[in-house]
Amino acid sequence: MAVDQTARTLAEKVWDAHIVRHVDGEPDLLYIDLHLVHEVTSPQAFDGLRNAGRSVRRPDLTLATEDHNVPTLQIDRPIADPVSRIQVEALRKNCAEFGVPLYPLGSDEQGIVHVVGPQLGVTQPGMTIVCGDSHTSTHGAFGALAFGIGTSEVEHVLATQTLPLKPFKTMAITVEGELPADVTAKDLILAVIAEIGTGGGQGYVLEYRGSAIEKLSMEARMTVCNMSIEAGARAGMIAPDATTFEYLRGRPKAPIGADWDSAVQWWSSLPTDDGAVFDREIIVDAAKLRPFVTWGTNPGQGLPLSASVPDPAQIADPAQRSAAERALEYMDLTPGTPLTEIAVDTVFLGSCTNGRIEDLRAAASIMQGRQVADGVRMLVVPGSVRVRLQAEQEGLDQVFTEAGAEWRHAGCSMCLGMNPDQLAPGERSASTSNRNFEGRQGKGGRTHLVSPQVAAATAVTGRLTSPTDLTDASASANVNA
Amino acid sequence: MDPFETHTGRVLPLRRSNVDTDQIIPAVYLKRITRDGFEDGLFAAWRKDPEFVLNLPQYEGATVLVAGPEFGTGSSREHAVWALQNYGFRVVISPRFADIFRGNSLKGGLLTIEVPESVVERLWELAESDPSSRVTVDLQARTVSFADETVSFDLDDYSRWRLLEGLDDVGLTLRHTEEVAIFESNRPTWMPRTVAQ
Repeated sequence: MAVDQTARTLAEKVWDAHIVRHVDGEPDLLYIDLHLVHEVTSPQAFDGLRNAGRSVRRPDLTLATEDHNVPTLQIDRPIADPVSRIQVEALRKNCAEFGVPLYPLGSDEQGIVHVVGPQLGVTQPGMTIVCGDSHTSTHGAFGALAFGIGTSEVEHVLATQTLPLKPFKTMAITVEGELPADVTAKDLILAVIAEIGTGGGQGYVLEYRGSAIEKLSMEARMTVCNMSIEAGARAGMIAPDATTFEYLRGRPKAPIGADWDSAVQWWSSLPTDDGAVFDREIIVDAAKLRPFVTWGTNPGQGLPLSASVPDPAQIADPAQRSAAERALEYMDLTPGTPLTEIAVDTVFLGSCTNGRIEDLRAAASIMQGRQVADGVRMLVVPGSVRVRLQAEQEGLDQVFTEAGAEWRHAGCSMCLGMNPDQLAPGERSASTSNRNFEGRQGKGGRTHLVSPQVAAATAVTGRLTSPTDLTDASASANVNA
Repeated sequence: MDPFETHTGRVLPLRRSNVDTDQIIPAVYLKRITRDGFEDGLFAAWRKDPEFVLNLPQYEGATVLVAGPEFGTGSSREHAVWALQNYGFRVVISPRFADIFRGNSLKGGLLTIEVPESVVERLWELAESDPSSRVTVDLQARTVSFADETVSFDLDDYSRWRLLEGLDDVGLTLRHTEEVAIFESNRPTWMPRTVAQ
């Protein structure tokens, strides 16, 4: 196919639309449409502004919430951990001083920053969105260029509403065909990460495309884009389409009337042009995907749930072999053990990856009429207060609590264990979150990343389980009751 | 930020790949609201092992960390850079860094250098056979010198200039405030705002 020099990718179009200043030999200065802020990566940035006598240029394009370290129990009481409390109080003081809108603990709009943005409708196609959190890639599901930044960059955006950036390369991840009925967006992205590796996306913006991606709901698309960082890419994007527009229509911050029409017109111009060239392309056959879990200590160390713990001796690459040996030692796993025989103590359902209403519905549909296995603790942590309220309206909280799970308040919770929700040393979890790093969910804790459906089935049997392998015997009541 | 020109120091050989930011500094250590004092969280879990390389007396005072590929994967926490700097590291060498960590380090004045795995292997062997050996990093020349070899590394001119001068990005960008204002005046009015309109 002839290369069309004028054809551009989605990522390039969004980039080009935000260049404030371009000088050869320097990074481009890009305008930032939305800056999301939370308590952990912002205090030093606000201090920097104060020390230099600077203000926040656009408080009206900035939004803060409390999520990373907040408790998910007894949220009406002062935060028990004094250090966490000081950090949250610092955010409140900084937002008040600099005029930044904040949704604090107790507000109906509080929640994980990457759940809050989309549900309010402030996340829209074609925007540039940043946050001092690597899972900002979530917002790319709308066709926004969204990526995580460090605290120095947080300060830079607060002061200037811009960022100096070097252009990314582009990679297409084309997923064609039909996903099997028991395969979710989480399985898809875990399989992609296992394929390209934790460094495979380094320097790239990923664009997920193809018929299987087009059929995904917005929430499933967010799950996919969320974990782009786990493949080393700073951003993942999906072209906006009718699904995107329908999700946005009527949200509190979505445009209305003639503005809506103007917006849709621009959004519709964003998808990658025919003939545009990606620096790299990966093709995935959706029909071949299966429920997927991780066995190791990085998100690239994953396999279909029907497989067995790998034998490091069979891995040719020496660095990967020694990483696998270390991972199996940490995870206390023996090569050759079927993954479905791995027993867990804890199941965590939540996070910016899988803490939205569709995730809770999917898990609840499996847990309906079933019980959490003896000796297993299951935490269900909605991604936001809005998700929690919606779930309660639908009675999902009843399904979880009747099954023996704990129904918690919104926050990042056990995904990173900054609050009291942690694994104890040696405990093993099936977790719908995004990272299985050593100690991520608590010092000495062991994490298997799974979809909400596998998490629910695992809670019922006490070992890693696909919902299709649940027997009727595990249901103590009529599922259709 | 202090200017960075050259640095000479001893090597800490960290024979691990995929050193993620949760290993560099676990989340429970991220609650401080200052930029200092993070050295106590550096590799906190691994340091519980007395045989961990950071605990070995022969490497005390090492300022150049040499690690395997995919160093700094994971979260955007700049605390990972601060923890390394607060502990006393000035340079990290690896075959490949995660993007956000690399950006954070270069903004904060921690020089991160990518060299081929074979060079990392030779640096590890050197530090393990003679922990007192010194490595010199010359940012002007973009070279790393040790034993009898000198290896070049890539770093874009702009990042190098900022590090050599010790420049603050915010100050540089504020010189272009007029261009930012012009851009803003052309943004569609329907784009979302976070405060009541």
